[in-house]
Amino acid sequence: MLTFGRWLSILSLLAGIWVVTVLVCLLYGMEPITLSEAAQIFWAKFYSGDQASIDSSRSVILLDVRLPRVLLAGVVGGALASVGVTLQALLRNPLADPFVIGISSGTALGVVLSILTGLNLSVWGFSALPVFGFSGALLTLMFLYRLARIHGRISVQTLLLGGVILNAMLSAVIMFITYMVDANRVLGIFYWLMGNLGSLELKALGVVIIYVMIGMVALFRIARGLNLLALGEEAAVTLGLDAERTKRAAFFASALLTGAVVSVSGLISFVGIMIPHVLRTLIGPDHRLLLPASILGGGIFLMSADTLARTLIAPTEIPVGIITALCGGPFFLILLRRGRMKFSGS
Amino acid sequence: MSELYALKGVGCRYGQNRVLNGMDLTIARGELLGVIGPNGAGKTSLLKLLGGLLRPAEGEIRLDSRDLSSFPRQWLARRIGMVPQQYSLIFPYTVEEVVLMGRSPYLRGWAFESGEDHRIARTAMERMEVQELSRRLFDELSGGERQRVIIARTLTQQPEVLLLDEPVTFLDLYHQARIYSMLEDLNRTEGITVVVVLHDLNLASRLCNRLLLLSDGRIARQGTPWDVLTEGAIEQVYRCRCHIDSHPGTGRPRVTVLSAVT
Repeated sequence: MLTFGRWLSILSLLAGIWVVTVLVCLLYGMEPITLSEAAQIFWAKFYSGDQASIDSSRSVILLDVRLPRVLLAGVVGGALASVGVTLQALLRNPLADPFVIGISSGTALGVVLSILTGLNLSVWGFSALPVFGFSGALLTLMFLYRLARIHGRISVQTLLLGGVILNAMLSAVIMFITYMVDANRVLGIFYWLMGNLGSLELKALGVVIIYVMIGMVALFRIARGLNLLALGEEAAVTLGLDAERTKRAAFFASALLTGAVVSVSGLISFVGIMIPHVLRTLIGPDHRLLLPASILGGGIFLMSADTLARTLIAPTEIPVGIITALCGGPFFLILLRRGRMKFSGS
Repeated sequence: MSELYALKGVGCRYGQNRVLNGMDLTIARGELLGVIGPNGAGKTSLLKLLGGLLRPAEGEIRLDSRDLSSFPRQWLARRIGMVPQQYSLIFPYTVEEVVLMGRSPYLRGWAFESGEDHRIARTAMERMEVQELSRRLFDELSGGERQRVIIARTLTQQPEVLLLDEPVTFLDLYHQARIYSMLEDLNRTEGITVVVVLHDLNLASRLCNRLLLLSDGRIARQGTPWDVLTEGAIEQVYRCRCHIDSHPGTGRPRVTVLSAVT
């Protein structure tokens, strides 16, 4: 049962772990930085302004390379996990995830199209990429929902299978497009598609964070509604929920979050399944707690995975999408196998 | 008894299929009304109409002489509780959490439940005798326990009307009897209006003071069990020959099915 005290203590604990993870990930890497050195750099840069006392190359590594990357991992992981939580409640299916049901691919297609057609405008410093990503995500989600909705009920099988098929189709379109254009431009896209958190400036990170914040606020507002929707739509309505409005908000927020993060980080799989599932078994399924906890938990997971990605076989970097897929794939299969009886019904 | 629901010329359809047609019906406050009829007669649709889950395609439904669709959803949820036939959850909610969700119609935005909400939920759980199960996971419960938990959640809404759709279809005799005596008790002591869809004609006869027999989306008969449960009506609507006599214990009609009409 959820009380305010329980809510606060669990979230404080997770927030503490989140902060520690940020610190550890900042220090750890090809060139390890000690805690005191990091403290010195932060002090000089943001407080005293005394640049002379610090090694500028170390400062660049810490502040310009690692800091944006670690924070981006925190934001992307949190966004993906919160979208996972939302889709799972909305579709009443613990296997739903933006990657698995093809929403990430829809986003990716939108982004690839915008890059290759040269429509990647930026307005007031806001890159249009997330807008294309958002459109791709929203169209995919709506299509899937329509597909799986039969006589007012969501068919779980249709939805999962439809999502998997849609994912394959969208990937094929992306492959076709990238195959047709010249190799120089493709390499960057290819690297991005595999899931990659590097090479983003602090300013661009700020833009992503704005999009993500809007999406998360929208989700927080419907957290209690998600509890009711998870009971089934009819039950939710009899308990007084405006189900249509809640669903619409959930769709838009999910598409916005997916669009924003996939357009900068590429395809990072399974975060949206693993984190909500683990947290649900640990702290219960109440979305007022599960949603913020998943945001923190997803961040912690992806920051750690990305640190592994850049250090495991350094100096070569592994795209982080490969790491999450290798962790998440087996997890998904176990879940599918164990939950078999349960998900066979609608 | 004052009038709670008034239906006038109500019709409704799913796509092309007309499921209810020209239905006139009044339901009094404090009544225990049983709805019977063969499969596809429109029983569940009627219940959904009364709960505001379906909108009538024609005619009007009034609750307290006001158009049902004019009430905000959250407000309806404070007055009408619905219990479905069968219920399963996919996420590991505990019994306590499920029952507390009955307070949703009274919560705004992001709020946590207050001490008062917890007290109301506890009272409902005691009433339905599920308080020992409160920490258990809903999905681990037996069918009878689940149905009692759902009724407890509905009571937590503090409704004036309970709408139940064959609430005991999947339960054994003991759990059926238990749920029905609880319903009778709620109706008698708390004055809650109960509309219940039933399959079992003898149960309907014993439990309800008034019965509504539906056939092909229309009211075939309504009135006391003696008015409705006649050999002729049952043969016509259910296509079954039967024998009806008076139950020696209750004095209500007793239906013995003899054969299907071929």
